[in-house]
Amino acid sequence: MQPRHFSPPTRPSVFVLALACMGVMPSVAQDALTTPSILAPASTPAKEIYGLSLFVLLITGAIFVVVGGLLAFVIIRFRARKSDAEHEPAQIYGSVRVELAWTVIPVLIVVVLFLTTARIIFAIQDAPEPESALDVTVVGHQFWWEFRYPKLNIVTANELHVPVSSSADPEPTYLRLLSADVDHSFWVPQLGGKTDLIPNHPNEMWIDPHKPGLYRGQCAQFCGIEHALMLIRVYADTPQQFDAWVKNQQRPAADDAAVAAGRQVFVSEACASCHTIVGTSAHGTFGPDLTHLMSRATIAAGAATNTPENLRAWIENPNTFKPGALMPAMQLTKKQTDQVVAYLTTLH
Amino acid sequence: MAVQTLPIPGKIDARRSRGAALLEWLHGWVVTVDHKKLGVLYIVYAIFFLLVAGAEAMAMRVQLAIPLNHFLSPELYNEFFTMHGTTMVFLVGMTIIFGFGNYLVPLMIGARDMAFPRLNAFSFWMSAFGGLFLYFSFIGGFGLYGMGSAPDVTWWAYAPLTAKAFSPGHNTDYWALSLIVMGFGTLGAAINTLATAFSMRCRGMTLLRMPLFVWLMVVTSGLTLITITPLTAAQVMLIIDRYLGGHFFDTQAGGSATVWMHFFWIFGHPEVYVLILPAFGIASEVIPVFSRKAIFGYPAMVAASVGIAFVSLSVWAHHMFTIGMTSVSNAFFALSTMMVGIPTGIKIFNWVATMWGGKIRFATPMLFCTAFLFQFLCAGLTGIMLAAAPWNWQLHNSYFVIAHFHYTLTGSFVFCMFAGIYYWYPKVIGRKLSETLGKWHFWLFFIGFHMTFDTMHFVGILGMPRSIYTYQADRGWNTLNMIISIGGLIQAVAILILAWNLIDSYRHGSIAGNDPWDAWTLEWSTPSPPPPYNFATDPVVRSRRPLWDIKHPNDPDWKYER
Amino acid sequence: MSSIPIFADESWHLPSRGRVAMCSLIIGESAIFTIFVVAYVYYIGRSAYGPTPQILDVPWFNTVCLLSSSISIMFAERAIERGRIRTFGAWWVLTMLLGIVFLSGTAIEWKRLIYTDGLSIRTNLFGTTFYSLVGLHATHVVVGLLMLSLVMIFTLLGRVEQRHAERVQVLSLYWHFVDAVWVVVFTVVYLVGR
Repeated sequence: MQPRHFSPPTRPSVFVLALACMGVMPSVAQDALTTPSILAPASTPAKEIYGLSLFVLLITGAIFVVVGGLLAFVIIRFRARKSDAEHEPAQIYGSVRVELAWTVIPVLIVVVLFLTTARIIFAIQDAPEPESALDVTVVGHQFWWEFRYPKLNIVTANELHVPVSSSADPEPTYLRLLSADVDHSFWVPQLGGKTDLIPNHPNEMWIDPHKPGLYRGQCAQFCGIEHALMLIRVYADTPQQFDAWVKNQQRPAADDAAVAAGRQVFVSEACASCHTIVGTSAHGTFGPDLTHLMSRATIAAGAATNTPENLRAWIENPNTFKPGALMPAMQLTKKQTDQVVAYLTTLH
Repeated sequence: MAVQTLPIPGKIDARRSRGAALLEWLHGWVVTVDHKKLGVLYIVYAIFFLLVAGAEAMAMRVQLAIPLNHFLSPELYNEFFTMHGTTMVFLVGMTIIFGFGNYLVPLMIGARDMAFPRLNAFSFWMSAFGGLFLYFSFIGGFGLYGMGSAPDVTWWAYAPLTAKAFSPGHNTDYWALSLIVMGFGTLGAAINTLATAFSMRCRGMTLLRMPLFVWLMVVTSGLTLITITPLTAAQVMLIIDRYLGGHFFDTQAGGSATVWMHFFWIFGHPEVYVLILPAFGIASEVIPVFSRKAIFGYPAMVAASVGIAFVSLSVWAHHMFTIGMTSVSNAFFALSTMMVGIPTGIKIFNWVATMWGGKIRFATPMLFCTAFLFQFLCAGLTGIMLAAAPWNWQLHNSYFVIAHFHYTLTGSFVFCMFAGIYYWYPKVIGRKLSETLGKWHFWLFFIGFHMTFDTMHFVGILGMPRSIYTYQADRGWNTLNMIISIGGLIQAVAILILAWNLIDSYRHGSIAGNDPWDAWTLEWSTPSPPPPYNFATDPVVRSRRPLWDIKHPNDPDWKYER
Repeated sequence: MSSIPIFADESWHLPSRGRVAMCSLIIGESAIFTIFVVAYVYYIGRSAYGPTPQILDVPWFNTVCLLSSSISIMFAERAIERGRIRTFGAWWVLTMLLGIVFLSGTAIEWKRLIYTDGLSIRTNLFGTTFYSLVGLHATHVVVGLLMLSLVMIFTLLGRVEQRHAERVQVLSLYWHFVDAVWVVVFTVVYLVGR
C-alpha cells in the first residue's frame, strides 16, 4: 500500500540544483543553501505534514478571528465611559444555552481535527517499506552521525547520500535509528519530521526526496555540550550521481605512495584507535570513518568546511571549532601533522 | 496603705537602637507563621528569582543575537538555559502561586490563618532552601573561575545524559537534590491549602460560594499532590542510579531512557497546569471587578477547572511524539491533548462573556488580564497545532515550542501574576502602585513580549532547534534572532520599571483604604494591610459576593445565584 | 457583617483539618509508590543477567504481622475513643511490636538476599527495582514507627487523654495506608512478579 500523496499547491522552492557532474564531490560553492524550512517540503512525509499543517492553520485561524474579534469588540464596545451613571451594569450570572453551545462546537472541532490528524499519523508511520527502498542505519554519537548502508557495505559519517524518489519510480530511504550513547534526534525539516535516536530503543523513519539537492538539518535532542554543532547534510542524488557515489564509497581508501609517511603516522599514533580507514590497519569505531573523508564538504559534523587548513586546525585542537568535542588534541609534532594532513587530503 | 515607689535598677533606654529594631524586624520575618507574611516572603522570593532568571535569559539572548557568537561558552550557555527553565518553573512559578494562595485563601474564606501555620513556615523555608541550594551550584564545583557546576542537562534532564557516565560532575546532582527538597515544601503548601479550604471556611461559605481564586487553588493543590510526587520519585531513582549503582535508566543494563521520559512528563505536563490554574484564578477575580459584573457561569468555571486537572493527567506523552511510540499511542495522546483544549477554551468564553455588557475600567490589573486573554487564546491555538502529532514531528524541540510555552507561561501566567500584583498590592501594603508606572510597565512589556515571542514562532518554522548555544550564519535565522533579542531587552526594561514601582510605591503610593477597587470578596472588608488576626469577628456569608450584598442590600446576589 | 442575616437553623459542619491533611498526604505518597510500582512492573523479566525473582521467599509471616497491626491499631483507636487509656496503650504497644517484627523480618530477608544470593541494588534491574520499592515501603514503616513511639512516650508520661482520640485516628490513617501499600507491594513483588 503506497502512502497517499497529499498534494496541496506547494510554494515554489527557490534553490539551485547541486551540480555534481562526475558525481564524486559536490561543489561546496554551488551547494543549495536553503533555509531548512518546514514550509518548503521536498519529500512525501514532509509534504503530508505540510498539508495537515495548512488544514490545522485554517481551523485555528478561524477560531482566532472569531474569538479574537469578539474580544476586540468587547474591549471597545463595553469600555466604561465618563458619562456613565454610577450604577452597575446588569448582572448576568450565566446562560445554559450559551454555555452548551460553546461546549458543543469545540467538541465538534476537536473531532474533525483529530480524525484528520489520525489519518496522517497512520499514513506516515505505518507506511509499509517497499522492496525498492534503500536501507540506511543511522547511529547517533556525541556529536556526529554515523551512516551505514548494510546492503551496500558502506560506512560514512555526517553527510548522507540518498537517491531521489518519484511516484513513478519510488525509491524511499528507510532510516533505522540507533544511538551509541545518549538521546539524539534526526531532523531535516524539508524531508520529514524528526525521530529520536534513543539507546536500547531502535526507531525507524523514511524519507523520499523528490528533487535532487542538498537538504540541511541538525540534531534536535539536547545531547551534551556540542549538541548545537551536530549538523546533518542530506544529498539527494540523481540515479547517476548516486551510483557514482556508491561506487566510490565502496572502494578501499586511496593508497598514494607519496603520502605513505602520513599514513604511517595515522596508523601508529592514536588516530587508529578511534577511526577506520578501509584498506589500512585502522579499525577504530569511536570516531567517524575517514576512508573517503575528502568526499565530504564539511568536517566535525558541519562545524567547519573541509579544507586542509581546517583539517590541520582540527587535528591540532578540536576545541577550535567545537569546544567539548570528544576528540582529544592529538599532540602531534608539526611534521607529523603536515604528513597526516597531506595523507588525509588524498582520501577521496 | 501608703504607695511606695521603688527605683528600677539599671537604665531604661526608651529608644531602642536602630540596629536592635532592625534585628527584631528581621527576626519577626524569619520566625513568622502568619500566612500573610509567609505569602509576602514567597512572592518577594519569586520576584527576586524572576530577575535572576530574566538575567540568564538576557545573557542567552545576547549570545544568540548573532550567529557563531562567543559571548557565552557552550558550557555556560547550557547551564544558563537549564537554570533559566528550572528557576522559572520552580523558584518563580511554584513559589509565587503559593505566595498568592497563602496570602489570599484565608482572607477570602473568612479564616484567621491557614490550617497549619507551622507547616506553612516549614514549607516556605524548605522551598527557599532548595532554591538557594540550586544556585549554590554555580559556585560549588569548579567555583567562580571555572564554569561552576550548575545543572546543564536541560530542565527535563533526559537519561542517559544524566547518568554518571555522561555527566560525571555534580551538575545533575544539584538539579535532582534541590528539586527534591523544594518538592517537600510544595507538598506541604498543597496539603495546607486543601486543609484550609475544606476545614476553615467561615459560616455560610459553602464550597460553591468560595471565590474562584480559592477554587483554583484547591484544584491546583490537589493536582500538585499527584504531580510533584512523580518527579520526586523519578529524581530519587536518578540518585539511586548515580550513587548506588542502580539501573533504572541505565540503557547498558537493560534500563530504559524512555521510562525517564514517561515519568518526567507525567510530572511535567500537569505541572504547567499547576502553574496556570492559579493564574486563571487571578483573572477570575480581576476581570469581574473591572467589568463591574459577576463572573459568567461560575459553576461551569468550577467544573472546567476540575476537568482541566483531570484531563491534564492524560496528555503527557505529547512531549514524546518523536520517540517512536506506536501510531495508536500517538493518536491517543493527540486526541487527549486536543480535548484538554475544550475546558480551557470554555474558560476564555466565560471571561469574555463576563466582560460583555459590562463597564470595563482599564486600570493596570485589567490591562494585564485583557492581554492575557488574547495571548492565552493564541497559546491555546499553537497548542492545538502542536497536538497534531505529525506536525509535532516537525515542531518538537524547535523554537516554535519555545514560543508556545512562553505564550502560556510569560504571556498568560506572568501577565496574570502582574495583574494580581497590581490588584492586591494595595491590600498587602496599604498603598496603591503608581498607575502611570504601571501603564509604562504594561505597554513596554507587551511590546517586548510580542516582538520576542511572535518572532520565535517563525524562526522555529524555519528549522531552528532549541537548546543550541549558537547557529550557522547561512540558515536564514540571523535577522529573526536579532529581533528576538531586542524584544528581550525591552521586556527587561519593563521589569525594571515594575521593580521600581514596587519599591517607590511602598512609600509614596496613594493610600488605598479597605477597598480601592470597589470589589466584592471578603479580603476587601479588612483594613489594608489586614491586622494579624484578619477579621475582628468571624464573617458570615450568604452568596459568592458578600460585599456586593452589603453594598446592594436591595439587590443581593443570593436572590439570583443558582 | 452584621447586616447579613444569620440563619439559626443552618448547621455548619466542616471536615476536620487533620483528616483532610492526612488524606492529602496519603494521595501524594500513593503517587510516589505508583511510580516505583510501575518501574518494578515494567522491568519484570528484563534483567539481562543476575538473580531473578525466583529466589524470593514469600514473606507470609511478616505480612500477617503487618496486617494484624492494622487490626490492633483499630482496637487502640476504639479504646481511646472510650477513654480507656491503659487498654489503648496496650494495643498501641502491640501495634508497634508487630511493626518491629515486620522490619526485622525484612532485614533478615535482605541479609540473605545480599550475602547468600548475591542480589544488591546494583546487581541488575531486578535488584534495583526490588530494593527501591520494598525499601521505600520499609522507610515509611520506620517513619510510622517513629510517630507511634512518640505517642507511646506521651502515653507513658500520662499526657494522652480521651480528647486526643481524633489526632490518634489521623495518625492511624497513616498506619493503615502503610499497610495498604504493603498489600500492593506484596502482590506485585511476591505473587505476580515471581
